[in-house]
Amino acid sequence: MTSYGLAVRAAIDTDVQPRKRSAIAVSLTFAWRAMLKIKHVPEQLGDVIGIPLVFTVIFTYLFGGALAGSPGEYLQFLLPGTLVMTVLLLTMYTGVALNTDVTTGVSDRFRSLPIWRPAPIVGALLGDVVRYLVAAGLVLGLGLILGYRPDGGPVGVLAGLALILVFSFGLSWIWTLVGFLARTPNSVLIGGVVVLFPLTMVSNVFVDPATVPGWLEAFIDVNPVTHLVTGVRDLTAGVSPGIEVVWVLATAALLTAVFAPLTMRAYAARK
Amino acid sequence: MPTERELAVEAKQLRRSFGSTQAVDGVDLRIERGSVCGVLGPNGAGKTTLIRMLATLLRPDAGTARVCGYDVVREAEQVRSRVSLTGQFAAVDGDLTGVENLVLIGRLLGLSRPAAKRRAHELLDGFELASAAGRLLRTYSGGMRRRLDVAASLVTPPEVLFLDEPTTGLDPRSRHDVWDIVRALTGAGTTVLLTTQYLTEADELADRIAVLNQGTVIAEGTPAELKASVGGGRLRVRVRDPQQRPAAQLELSRALRTDVQLDGDTAGLVARTGDADRAAAAVAELPGAGIAVADFAHDRPTLDEVFFALTGTEREVSS
Repeated sequence: MTSYGLAVRAAIDTDVQPRKRSAIAVSLTFAWRAMLKIKHVPEQLGDVIGIPLVFTVIFTYLFGGALAGSPGEYLQFLLPGTLVMTVLLLTMYTGVALNTDVTTGVSDRFRSLPIWRPAPIVGALLGDVVRYLVAAGLVLGLGLILGYRPDGGPVGVLAGLALILVFSFGLSWIWTLVGFLARTPNSVLIGGVVVLFPLTMVSNVFVDPATVPGWLEAFIDVNPVTHLVTGVRDLTAGVSPGIEVVWVLATAALLTAVFAPLTMRAYAARK
Repeated sequence: MPTERELAVEAKQLRRSFGSTQAVDGVDLRIERGSVCGVLGPNGAGKTTLIRMLATLLRPDAGTARVCGYDVVREAEQVRSRVSLTGQFAAVDGDLTGVENLVLIGRLLGLSRPAAKRRAHELLDGFELASAAGRLLRTYSGGMRRRLDVAASLVTPPEVLFLDEPTTGLDPRSRHDVWDIVRALTGAGTTVLLTTQYLTEADELADRIAVLNQGTVIAEGTPAELKASVGGGRLRVRVRDPQQRPAAQLELSRALRTDVQLDGDTAGLVARTGDADRAAAAVAELPGAGIAVADFAHDRPTLDEVFFALTGTEREVSS
């Protein structure tokens, strides 16, 4: 046997045995993997964080005076909206990451391991929470520098963030399903942009919908993003949130109930 | 005949289709523990589909398969804890370093953090990747990726290792590295099922070969049996002086006791023979008969020839 063969032989001559780990433990390991990917490829966050940051600055000063009398006042209205927009745009990257795993074959390796089956997906979603918090922190930090002063204080802001995270969790299941069905990571991205940009733009993120034509207002009113933004505005402003929060939680629950099982089915049946 | 317990893999009438394509069409396969089985076939023969069903990644439409005594559908979890799969494309994460890739698998398999790290470095040392341990995988060469991919399958040594075209796309040096790895594994008692498009590779590594064509096993046996059924390889000789070709043809056909055909340009000759010793002796007699040899080669039967012999049809095989 060659010396190389002998070295290989020594490396495989081990008494290491696989041991079953809990569903939570393996999911956290996958979340750790997501963290490592951010560490090695931080630029993956660039565009999705960049767009809302640029929008916040430009819209505040471009429309602030016209829409709300002054940039400072408009910012109080706009910032909860850009916060929502930032995190929602990030959700599509869940699908991009899963699809990358599928197309590179990494997903097959995970599926051939004796681990809790949904762990790669749940772990990816857990890892995403960290990405959402990093992005939200950046937008909030910029807002505070520009003069955003939420009346709800830290508690109100945290409550608003929590509402965004819950909704994003529900929305992410759409992208996990798309991630397993799409042919390439790029097609996931295109699908994400096509759905998410209208969904976030045609809402009350930037303007009060009272001034738009009736048909558009009708869409804005049923758009779940509108309810989410209103809820976050109320919470961060320290105003007791109304029925909006219930709508948001119900939408998140519905999305999860429909798309989580579909995702698991697509995952199990993958060719 | 080995008993059930001695079989690492036993498939009966496995079938799987995708739409109207019958990818695997009734495959029977028996692999003894500790042996190497080569599944040989061209692209689209059903090799990957077969291996994915055995590794529990794909449900068969019909038929049964037991791996290490466990049913691949009903006892998939038991199978998964005993097998490893190295897929056709190196299934490693390009955004992670070599050591992180291995630690990830170790952690998922229940190793503690220090144990997973220790195991990762053991494997990196053994697979001559220690100097690249901290580099991101996407900077690795194809051969290095493949080695890390195989290492990832051995974090906890499996009873059965599935290797799907482990050397496709590798340079010759990396190909020999993979062969050395497979030999080391069988030396350690691991059962290996590998798919390949190259008869040479199956010949080098496998105890038994199953030839797969359009979803069915068209021949099965030891490499020697298969080659015998094909009728061996070819001896090619080129003489220096074209004038001497007829004389060389006579001389060779006498020594080989078979027909020798004119081949190629004005100086080439070719004869079918599986016996390399006899071919060498025949060539060695030419200078004694006053015939100067410019060039000669004895090649093994190619997959094309195996297919021709087994199916009676020429078909294109990508190489």
